[in-house]
Amino acid sequence: MTTWNVRVNGREVSVEAPPMARVLDVLRESLGLTGSKEGCGEGECGSCTVLLDGRPTCACLVPIFQVEGRELCTVEGVAGTELDPLQRVMIEAGGVQCGACTPGIVVSLRALLDRDPRPTRAAVRESIAGNLCRCTGYERILRAVEELVGSEEADA
Amino acid sequence: MALSSPLSPLGQSPPRPDGPGKVTGATRYLDDLEVPGVWYGATVRSKVAAGRIRRVDGDAARALGAVVVTAADLPGPNVLKVIAEDWPVLAAERVEHVAQPIALVAAPTRELARRAAAAVVVEVDAEPAVFETTDPATTLPSGRDRVLASCRSARGDASGALANPAVVVVEGVYSTGHQEHVYIEPQGALAIPDREGHFEVIGSIQCPYYVHGALEHLFGPGSVRVRQAPTGGGFGGKEEFPDMLCAHVALLARASGHPVKIVYERSEDINGTTKRHPSRVRVRTGHAPDGTLLAVEIDAVLDGGAFITLSPVVLSRAVLHAAGPYRCENVTIEGRALATNTAPNGAFRGFGAPQTQFAMERHMDRAARALGLDPLTIRARNAYRPGDVTPTGQVLGDDTSALECLRVAAERADFLRRWTLHERARAAFHLRGLPAPGIGLSLFWHGTGFTGNGERKMRSPVRLALLADGAVEIRVAATDFGQGTEVVLAQIVADALGCELARVRFAEPDTDRVPDSGPTVASRTVSVVGSALFEAGQLLANELARAGGVVADLLAGQDELVVEAHYEPDPTTDFDEATYQGTAYAAYGYGCDVVEVEVCPDSLATTVQRALFVADVGHAIHPVLCAGQLEGGALQAIGQGTIEEMRLENGRYLQDRLTSYLIPTAQDAPDMETILLEHPSTMGPAGAKGVGELPADGGAPAVIAAIENATGIACGDAPATAERLLADLLAGHVVPGGSSVDPFGLELAR
Repeated sequence: MTTWNVRVNGREVSVEAPPMARVLDVLRESLGLTGSKEGCGEGECGSCTVLLDGRPTCACLVPIFQVEGRELCTVEGVAGTELDPLQRVMIEAGGVQCGACTPGIVVSLRALLDRDPRPTRAAVRESIAGNLCRCTGYERILRAVEELVGSEEADA
Repeated sequence: MALSSPLSPLGQSPPRPDGPGKVTGATRYLDDLEVPGVWYGATVRSKVAAGRIRRVDGDAARALGAVVVTAADLPGPNVLKVIAEDWPVLAAERVEHVAQPIALVAAPTRELARRAAAAVVVEVDAEPAVFETTDPATTLPSGRDRVLASCRSARGDASGALANPAVVVVEGVYSTGHQEHVYIEPQGALAIPDREGHFEVIGSIQCPYYVHGALEHLFGPGSVRVRQAPTGGGFGGKEEFPDMLCAHVALLARASGHPVKIVYERSEDINGTTKRHPSRVRVRTGHAPDGTLLAVEIDAVLDGGAFITLSPVVLSRAVLHAAGPYRCENVTIEGRALATNTAPNGAFRGFGAPQTQFAMERHMDRAARALGLDPLTIRARNAYRPGDVTPTGQVLGDDTSALECLRVAAERADFLRRWTLHERARAAFHLRGLPAPGIGLSLFWHGTGFTGNGERKMRSPVRLALLADGAVEIRVAATDFGQGTEVVLAQIVADALGCELARVRFAEPDTDRVPDSGPTVASRTVSVVGSALFEAGQLLANELARAGGVVADLLAGQDELVVEAHYEPDPTTDFDEATYQGTAYAAYGYGCDVVEVEVCPDSLATTVQRALFVADVGHAIHPVLCAGQLEGGALQAIGQGTIEEMRLENGRYLQDRLTSYLIPTAQDAPDMETILLEHPSTMGPAGAKGVGELPADGGAPAVIAAIENATGIACGDAPATAERLLADLLAGHVVPGGSSVDPFGLELAR
């Protein structure tokens, strides 16, 4: 066991784990952050997506030693006490069904919107191309982002 | 039944109450639950497709500190009772498919459980196995008859009509392959034992009472309480299979005295659980020169896998939907489900109807070409109208909307003009380099609720409880695994009570707390359970009115007041299972899909660009969720038609992980438009029809029709992968006039 220092959702965290422990297991089992899900364990489904130094990353593919001194943001870190506007519009527009892919999709979309506040539909598709959703057909997820971007433009 | 008033919550799209937990990650799915003292289970599985078990030895696993359970340790009959009693909890003398469970282990950590499972010694004498429905073998190596189920539906004289020399006869054979559900949350279950030898079982499941029944069969009456954890997708995959997984965790909990959890890894899930039944369907139709259907003869064969499980009812639905939403006086449909040495195929959204309607829809396109017609005209000529009669003799009601769906879709998509344009372009150009555009269409129907008299036998009970704080709690076994059941059923109850939506709550499906309102299958939650809840809501509204609306007066010191109602089907209808005559379904939803593609003429790769879904849902209780069902279901079907391929090698799926079994990503999915039509049925609340499964019927034939329009390759098999399309091209499976594509410059096309 080794102690690792990582910034998780804005908080400095020290956690004991073997160097090759998957970040996903450390988050879920040591830190109790179960929002990140394991859907395949091989980086295909994206339901474990977290932001590593701001970039969407499959937590099932990264060993803990590689994140020493770096910053992780999980779905639990996207919202404060209130829902993020993206989270609210995902619910209202029908972008959420079973919810198993939702944390990963929220994290991927948040990263996209932080980088590009007015993405094209193609850019939204690309940003979640690594997040499999089997329920929605993706259409309502795309519309959620379009509604959000549209309403923020209207507010501006 | 009251239609929605201006104040009614019906037809609104309020936010789903489980939304905030899901978008923030707070929702605790099965693997997220913290269970003190939990042990982890693992499953020892067959590596061969058929064989005699010579030895199962768990001593080395026990030496590691694990408990081991084999068939010899079962407290009750070694069977998971679904329809027949042939599905073993654990293989005893024989294995009959790859990945069949042979032994179970549990240990205090996942890692130890994994090591213990690997330490169990299994010796099997392998036997030659049967993998294809076309294999002439009449029995499996175990000696069991390969015919798992058969049924026949007939009206008029199809063979007589086909023998008439004036009739244009068109014949084709069509097939679909295994399809995996790919619920994003894998199968999982947890059993918590108590001192009296009883269990609480919590699972990622669709049907708590199925599990309850299976476990009582194994452990005895009164032994089990079943609760549904928030469930990350099902699509039928968590209908019957969880009976097995829940039995396994209960057996391990009993053996170890600890709570035991099993969550399958993805490849274990794909190898060990049910798939959509592969199909091979022969269709012969007879037509008048104008396209009018004069006779339909269909022979459908489904691959049931190694055990009967749900195959008889899947086959029944396959047969009852096989002739599509088309009027015809002379119809004969025969179906058989045959056994193979593969994992039992089972429930998957659409439940047999997508397979046979795929065949019929591809066949209608073939017939149109044989008659010199277009895909729209031949369908418009034959689509069901109100008053038409189905092959079972059922007279269709005023809500019959096949023609309306077709008309709306064709107009919206400008179908005929664009289809004709692509046909002409294909004839004029030999395509190289530039993508070939195509547009295709499918027309389909789907019966709501259980087949035949199933709902009458079930007579689903539902309960509403009025609580002291004035809230009303819905108590049903209907589960939400994504559909939005909680909010939609609450809308129905709030409408019946004339109260605020916020006053209605949804009780967790828990067999100790809710009645058996039936499984969450067959597109029956809104239509059947919702109807009974509307009834219960009216009963409660009457009680409240009698008490002058004062909750405390009505409760009179009690904690709660419970009202119960049942779903009562129309008593004038009947279905005869022996003759296949009568009312097959109380209502039918109809749909028309239009799909647009571009096919690369060099690689034959298909890009699905746009899709239009027109569906008659009777009444859209929650339009946003309703459209979400249609779009998500359609994309699964488009995946089935294009990329979701599963091949077998010695009985093992070659595509047994998500790096090889591909489902559509956000970049593969088309831009979608959904149009909801509302032709109210006499069945569901405010006329609602079943929605969940309808879209599973239309996507695959529509996308392959679009590929045909683009390339001239006439593919009758799903999925139409690039490899499949090339094979069709090389075999000369092209439309009259030939193909326009010439991959690799082979000069194949003309």
